[in-house]
Amino acid sequence: MKYMDEYRDAKIARGIAAEIRRRSTRPWVLMEICGGQTHTLMRYGIDELLGKSVELVHGPGCPVCVTPLEMIDRANALARRPDVTLLSYGDMLRVPGSEMDLFHVKAEGGDVRIVYSPTDAVELARNNPDRHVVFFAIGFETTAPAHAMAVLQAERLGLKNFSLLVSHVLVPPAIRMLLQSSRNRVQGFIAPGHVCTIVGVGEYEELAREFHVPIVVGGFEPVDLLEAIRLLVVQLEEGRTEVENSYSRTVLYGGNRAAQDAVERVFEVTDRKWRGVGEIGSSGLRLQEKYAAFDAERLFGLQDVRAEEPSECISAEVLLGHKKPTDCPAFGTRCTPEKPLGAPMVSTEGACAAYHQYRRHLVTL
Amino acid sequence: MCLAIPGKVAEIQIKEGVRTGRVLFGGIARQACLDFVPEAREGDYVLVHVGFAISVVDKEEAERTYALLESMGVLGEELGLNADERRTP
Repeated sequence: MKYMDEYRDAKIARGIAAEIRRRSTRPWVLMEICGGQTHTLMRYGIDELLGKSVELVHGPGCPVCVTPLEMIDRANALARRPDVTLLSYGDMLRVPGSEMDLFHVKAEGGDVRIVYSPTDAVELARNNPDRHVVFFAIGFETTAPAHAMAVLQAERLGLKNFSLLVSHVLVPPAIRMLLQSSRNRVQGFIAPGHVCTIVGVGEYEELAREFHVPIVVGGFEPVDLLEAIRLLVVQLEEGRTEVENSYSRTVLYGGNRAAQDAVERVFEVTDRKWRGVGEIGSSGLRLQEKYAAFDAERLFGLQDVRAEEPSECISAEVLLGHKKPTDCPAFGTRCTPEKPLGAPMVSTEGACAAYHQYRRHLVTL
Repeated sequence: MCLAIPGKVAEIQIKEGVRTGRVLFGGIARQACLDFVPEAREGDYVLVHVGFAISVVDKEEAERTYALLESMGVLGEELGLNADERRTP
């Protein structure tokens, strides 16, 4: 309880946790999708607080983790080109590709830089007309509008030296795939609050109806997550399978229309590979044909860069909720945040990294 | 990079057709695109994700979330701070 004590809402959190334990007649298996939520659950020991009333399994919602190996290899190939400046969010630089990560490419002379926003990338392209600036556009629905706006801005400025390496994925197709699996154990989902801030809750209602599974849109604070878990447990105990929004102070039913418009102007749905999971139909975004001039894969002919993933990393089992990070024989030994075998150990939002960071601190529950 | 950080819109400008705000996160200022939150005004609190405001939130919510994210030590990465800025309390 060390970490909960630091939190000023600890009393409320304990109250909700007590109600969850009281309402629960069996150990319900719930999944949080978002890596940010996984981080909070581990940081505050919420899984421990709930005892046996709920088993939390961690979903595939860490964007860095699910970016496929061959996209890292493509980024590496771009970064090795003398005419290219490759820009990315910080986490991506440490994700191992087939041979090395982007930090190593940088150390070998590649022009690799970390940026905070895709608009910084557009600005850099504008100020460096002799360089071709590629932005490694990874992420879920939350990030896609920003990447769409970067393309629209580059178009407006008439930039010919800016492109995106797009590796965008979508949450609902991954949930659908989980629910269709014969090995699925998940009985209720916490939907990702910031994704829903953009897209709204409509698609989740379809999933709840089709698969008879309760889904609660949740925030990122301990009390938010406990409340989402409580609502799921109450639904399951009452035999209801609805979508509820426990993060309504941020998530509107229809989402953010302006952000959706930007995505619809620039991107279209496509099949995507997920690292550790494989290809999921219609599970991602790519640039529309009319924006081909901003597509780094086409500009630099990278479509043929392919990669097979190593066998020891069990990230697929972890990302699909079949196994916990600690079930992996390499966890904490051959695979650590300093020397990761797979992506979930790299990102701060990855389940393996969250377990590694917090498990050892939770001795005084 | 999947989190959104709440900050206060200190100033709004139109820069080359883009509605841009100077947003304060604690003592740190960042430019954020406000095109997705046309309703945001100076003094409002917004959730910012990779340089784009994605929703308007109330002050109390913003301050609570910010304090939590700070205690979790994730602000540096989300705001793209360099090592020196991260050391600033």
